[in-house]
Amino acid sequence: MDATEIGLWGVPLAILGGAIRVSTPFIFVSLGEAITERSGRINLGLEGTLIFGAMTAYAVAVMTNSPWLGLLAAAAAGLCFGLFHGWICKFPKVNDIAIGIALMLFGSGLAFFFGKPFIKPKAPNLPAIPFGDWSDIPQVQAALDVNVLFLIGAVLSVVLWWAFRNTRAGLILRVVGDSSDAARAMGLNPNTVRLIATGVGGALAGIGGAYLSLYYPGSWTERISSGQGLMAVALVIFARWNPLGCFAAALLFGGAGALGPALQSVGVTQGYYLFYAAPYILTLIIMIATSSPTRSLAGAPGELSITK
Amino acid sequence: MLILLYKFYFLNWHSDCMHFLEKALTDPERVPQGSINMTDRFMLSRRQLLKTSAAGAALGLASAAFPVRRAFAAAATVGFIYVGPKDDYGYNQAHAEGAAALKGIEGITVVEEENVPETVDVQKTMESMINLDGASLIFPTSFGYFDPHMLAMCAKFPDVQFRHCGGMWDKAKHPMNAGSYFGYIGMGQYLNGVVAGHTSKTKKLGFVAAKPIPQVLLNINSFLLGARSVDPTITCQVIFTGEWSLAVKEAEATNALVDQGADVVTCHVDSPKVVVETAAGRGAFVCGYHANQSPLAPEKYLTGAEWNWAKVYKMFVDDLVAGKPLPNFTRGGLADGFVKMSPLGPAVSEPARKQFDATLAEMMKGGFAVIKGPLNSNKGAVVATAGQAFPENAIELESMDYLVDGVVGSTA
Repeated sequence: MDATEIGLWGVPLAILGGAIRVSTPFIFVSLGEAITERSGRINLGLEGTLIFGAMTAYAVAVMTNSPWLGLLAAAAAGLCFGLFHGWICKFPKVNDIAIGIALMLFGSGLAFFFGKPFIKPKAPNLPAIPFGDWSDIPQVQAALDVNVLFLIGAVLSVVLWWAFRNTRAGLILRVVGDSSDAARAMGLNPNTVRLIATGVGGALAGIGGAYLSLYYPGSWTERISSGQGLMAVALVIFARWNPLGCFAAALLFGGAGALGPALQSVGVTQGYYLFYAAPYILTLIIMIATSSPTRSLAGAPGELSITK
Repeated sequence: MLILLYKFYFLNWHSDCMHFLEKALTDPERVPQGSINMTDRFMLSRRQLLKTSAAGAALGLASAAFPVRRAFAAAATVGFIYVGPKDDYGYNQAHAEGAAALKGIEGITVVEEENVPETVDVQKTMESMINLDGASLIFPTSFGYFDPHMLAMCAKFPDVQFRHCGGMWDKAKHPMNAGSYFGYIGMGQYLNGVVAGHTSKTKKLGFVAAKPIPQVLLNINSFLLGARSVDPTITCQVIFTGEWSLAVKEAEATNALVDQGADVVTCHVDSPKVVVETAAGRGAFVCGYHANQSPLAPEKYLTGAEWNWAKVYKMFVDDLVAGKPLPNFTRGGLADGFVKMSPLGPAVSEPARKQFDATLAEMMKGGFAVIKGPLNSNKGAVVATAGQAFPENAIELESMDYLVDGVVGSTA
């Protein structure tokens, strides 16, 4: 077999590679949103945070020539957005969904405004670890170039899953999310907990943005996100607020997104719009199969405005 | 609710071909009462403005010989509207570069607005350009601006000239203060193909395309036929992303093409930046589109088919300044200077350079046909019989619905 001809093997390889390449922003945004929603708030503004994080990371990386400083700046910017959301929402009768939408538009608008001068310059990329060196096939090597952020995201999802169950902080978060009254009775201030949870969620979304602009696709343009922040927020519900579920769902969406181009590249060219819809069809099927009219959504935090 | 939001968010980003969707969204009921009143207010100021600008024009004519009065001769304001960011290394940048070429012309003021969705928003932008900036010539550059948005403004402001980028204007159907201009860029993709054919070692080319509309199909076919003029065994794999601008999907498509052995990649999407960077990152060569992307991949960039809108816009503005009626239907190709090629990159071999120059010289003479018989589609249907040739201005090419033999891909 010629080294450049991998034929049908390209499809599973592309799904694997796509799952690794495309999923990272989904992982970070959905983990961040899982933390926020577990505390009983929804932050729909993470799409804006993602775009602003992408812009900040790229701009700082261009100016300092260090992608890591860019990453830190994106996390800090995301933290600010999250804290802002958390701070406004503590006032009585403020709707967290409406604030989220406002912040989504505000974040992307601000990113477009500050990002103008950074569309042309080129920033240094975040490093990837070549796990594919054992193979002689360049396609396998390319698919197994794993960015460090993906690995951090994978570890983080396990840590969060464990922490939600087994740590004091996890317990506090869940109590606040399930019942404000119980939390107050325990002497906790729900607003403080939610402020911190939204801030951390924003910081993680900022990191997801940094991955977009500093690794894959690896450049800052105003259309870089194409709605991934919103999809990641939806993934949290799909994953039933479970960090491990978020990770799996992100992989699924990443891999399914690669399916369309990969099938076209091996000559399955009819009906590509249908393949592009694959992740959504899959989501629908899983949602229908796992939901039941006789009970509420399993795992949903009780204080969440959409489940209350 | 999320889905609705998602849709709403995305409407802002569609460039071509979504006009039928937007038409449904721009029901008159959607225009709030307040804005009708506002328009009335504007109408007043518009009359005022027309009076002053008419006076200004008269003064301008009278004062041509008196440079002291030049301040009044600020003859015209020209408006440009872009659907995306004007520095996208692509479609919008090409138009913005053309607009920038007008800025040096005396008496011409250029006003621009970017990221304008193909909704009622573009009508508001046009109104404010006319009422507040006094624009007398407007170029709405995106496909979906034409119907119903630009046509509505044509009826409302009969003294303002509108020229739309695309081929939609029809003398029988549309007003005379509207018009369209477009370039035959397929020839540029043919030249891209010539260089790609010489450069490719795997004999497999890749094409990342947005949607299977006639102009995109002509570009794909031209690219492959250019390459086949070098080596008739070359094939071209096409991947449709389904949207004009989807950064991650474009990157995935490029990766999939390189995985399948394509070693020269080109594209037809709004912003080729992601495709160029991803392909070059994987070690493939690239041919550009819309604008010059060579700064993104100086070593891997072979050449590119670029718009030269500066030429077209200057032509319109010269007519405007001279007081001549503007043409309603403007077309041109390489020979007319509407389209140009990026300078050849360092990786282009000597034989490739020779054939590129020879083909370009032949095109400049006029009458060059990319689609000529005998030629079959990749489904086996005859698209041109022996001896039949379609030069760039052939009307048949504007309804192209096939991919030629040698292109791996499907139009549906």
